[in-house]
Amino acid sequence: MKLLKCTILLLMISSIGYAQNKNAKATIEVDGVCMMCKTRIEKACLKTKGVKSAVWNVETHNLSLIYDERKVNLETINSKIASVGHDTKTLKATDKAYDALHPCCKYRDEEIREDHESK
Amino acid sequence: MKTLFVILYFIPTLFFAQDTIKGMVMEPSPQGKHLPLPGANVVWEGTSKGTITDVDGNFTLPYQSSYKRLIISYVGYKSKTIDVTNPNTVIHILLNPTDDLEEVTVTTRRKASATSYIASQNITTISSKELLKAACCNLSESFETNPSIDVNFSDAISGTKQIKMLGLTSPYILITTENVPSVRGAAQAYGLSFIPGTWVESIQVTKGAGSVTNGFESIAGQINAELVKPLTDKKFFVNAYGSINGRLELNTHFNIELNEKWSTGLYIHGDKRGEKFDKNGDSFLDLAVGNQINIMNRWQYTNPEKGLISFFNLRFLDDKKQSGQLDYNPKVHKFSNTFWGSEVNTKRLEFSGKFGYVNPEIPYQSLGLQLAYSGHNQNSYFGNRTYDINHKSVYTSLVYNSIISDSRHKIKTGIGFSHDTYNEQVSTTDYSRNENSIDGFFEYSFDNLDDINLTAGFRIDHHNLLGNFVTPRLHVRYTPWEKSALRFSFGRGKRGANIFAENQRLFASSRSINIQNSNGKIYGLNPEIAWNYGISFLQGLQLFNRKADISIDFYRTDFQNQVVVDYEIPTEINFYNLDGESFANSLQVEFNYTPLDRLDLKSAYKYYDVKTQYQSGVLQKPLIPNHRIFANISYETEPTTKGGLWKFDISFNWLSKQRFSSTLQSPEAFRLSQYSPSISTLNAQVTKVLSDQFELYAGGENITNVRQHNPILGAENPFGSNFDSTFVYGPIFGSMYYAGLRFKLN
Repeated sequence: MKLLKCTILLLMISSIGYAQNKNAKATIEVDGVCMMCKTRIEKACLKTKGVKSAVWNVETHNLSLIYDERKVNLETINSKIASVGHDTKTLKATDKAYDALHPCCKYRDEEIREDHESK
Repeated sequence: MKTLFVILYFIPTLFFAQDTIKGMVMEPSPQGKHLPLPGANVVWEGTSKGTITDVDGNFTLPYQSSYKRLIISYVGYKSKTIDVTNPNTVIHILLNPTDDLEEVTVTTRRKASATSYIASQNITTISSKELLKAACCNLSESFETNPSIDVNFSDAISGTKQIKMLGLTSPYILITTENVPSVRGAAQAYGLSFIPGTWVESIQVTKGAGSVTNGFESIAGQINAELVKPLTDKKFFVNAYGSINGRLELNTHFNIELNEKWSTGLYIHGDKRGEKFDKNGDSFLDLAVGNQINIMNRWQYTNPEKGLISFFNLRFLDDKKQSGQLDYNPKVHKFSNTFWGSEVNTKRLEFSGKFGYVNPEIPYQSLGLQLAYSGHNQNSYFGNRTYDINHKSVYTSLVYNSIISDSRHKIKTGIGFSHDTYNEQVSTTDYSRNENSIDGFFEYSFDNLDDINLTAGFRIDHHNLLGNFVTPRLHVRYTPWEKSALRFSFGRGKRGANIFAENQRLFASSRSINIQNSNGKIYGLNPEIAWNYGISFLQGLQLFNRKADISIDFYRTDFQNQVVVDYEIPTEINFYNLDGESFANSLQVEFNYTPLDRLDLKSAYKYYDVKTQYQSGVLQKPLIPNHRIFANISYETEPTTKGGLWKFDISFNWLSKQRFSSTLQSPEAFRLSQYSPSISTLNAQVTKVLSDQFELYAGGENITNVRQHNPILGAENPFGSNFDSTFVYGPIFGSMYYAGLRFKLN
């Protein structure tokens, strides 16, 4: 009996813990410089199961996300973005992924960043 | 007591509205450090709530969850917009100075018209800039610089220009204004001339089957005109135009923003074609005379916080045309056989409303509702033949947009209802009818954000005269390599032909009108059904380090049934259901190049093969040339500091010989050769932009003065049996010069 109660309680806790939103919203900062970066970042997100909408702003570097919390979490999305070579606030892309970027998109390079800013 | 009340009143605001955000605005110093920037403006987007940073660059602003974006600006610095989701964080913003003048001029100049590399449909957008190249005057004249659409020479009696696409006449093109079908039914013949050019913000030309969302009638393509909007149009605008053929036009726009949410605009067009010309001495006017008053009032409601946008339009039109013999006076000679004359008087009243809702939480979900009513009344006579048509139309459509799983898979679905009442009288015969239809449609589009996207849709219509039917349509785009687009499309279209409204030029002849079938539901004829297939390829390239693009497209339209309009017996016009094949093949090769800064070159070659099984055999459709060549050169000088510049534009058109419908059975004096001569025309325009507010323009149409000398057969005896004005293949008037001005205030 006690076990049952415990189980029910646990179940409730877990359902509270996962009171999950089908249309969860989040904004995260992602580094990048141009429209090519935008396509790459958004595509990486949308190809992640559970991400419904991803819009990256080239000026503010903010990525607005709508995703299904039951299927995906922010960590996964962050790692997907990093895996295509873009740094997020919480996760740095590996040098290998970064090196694979198009020369125009090397956002860590001060010169390239300034180059885009001046346009 | 009073005090208490006031205090109580304030408590809730204390509790609920005191969320604030704090932040600091900085500028980069020459040493690469960040310095505080005092006096910068910080405003919530879409509101007037804002503040100015203090000496230390700090600011504090009230926050509400409906506020999403903050705009930071300062003179001499680039404005920044940032998203605010968490009011508790302190925001640091770095404003960068605007670049020095040299760099500001490094902007990409957008072309006045451009074909999309990305859309699944073959869409060309004609911007307002391109529309200015043809200074005059209404939608029918807006395509002179666009090779996808062919503009006919105005017919001998009414003087209106008809358009063609893929070798098919305008009834086979779905013409919409802001996606509501507008030039159709009774308005088919003259409708394009009822939309003033200055009202048009941009035009989208879709070649091929088109989308299922706007109806089942489009066969050759769709033309959508976006009208100017009270919020984005100039506050005040005047365009005056005058030409040596006696045409005077005045367009004025007034737009007011009433408050944050409402704005309204009043658009008035008036024109007068007052002078009578008979340059070719055939006793008939070369151009119809008349006048038009056209008034539109638009209301726009926008509420970005709630995601709402609405438009309400009210429009009234009164158009009068008179044509025929030079000495014809309607008051004296109407219906007498002294002189031949014609009058076409049209009144039209339109009301439409549009409601859009975008879920502010989930921006990919939206809902749109369109309601439109139009009452169109045309009273007319052509010699002794009268033609009256009254067409009332109601159109409604509800569309829902969303996604499946993620935003690469979009769906659009909706329902619609339409009703048309036609009261139509040809001489003494009554052809009145009612049409009702309800429909449902579904469109799916997929975009892999890379090299493929497609749009697939179908609609089901239940129509009292056309029956129950399904309309499928598909568009696919594939990008095999950089800067290219390979497109494929197919689709079905169906329509009831308004045989008289669409072929009004036949009234200005002595031909007897025969409808040979009687079993069908519309004039005894069956609905027209056609399938359209298309393939196109677009390639952008760098030629000598300059932008260029080349495109090739081929479209075929196959008619399963068509209402054949048969002019092949000179004393008759016959309408009958197609018995055999009817098709239109269209090939277009287009090359655009920018050889120098601000110099654009456009050129196109078009080949049409349009054949129909007539009762006298399979024949090329009359008055459609097999070959056409088009070229356009436009150049702008570099703008001065005040924004002043010159613009030059020249267009050239060449048309190969056109087939005349057979005149073999006519008496020898009234026989024409089998084909017309080939013709070429040249148009040019110069615009002097004096400032952002004021510009002057002057130009000439048909500068080389090419003319068709005898456009009317049997003109000497218009009441005889050989009178016929349906053989127009070229300009009647000869060269025409005009000048005008534009004044705008923002």
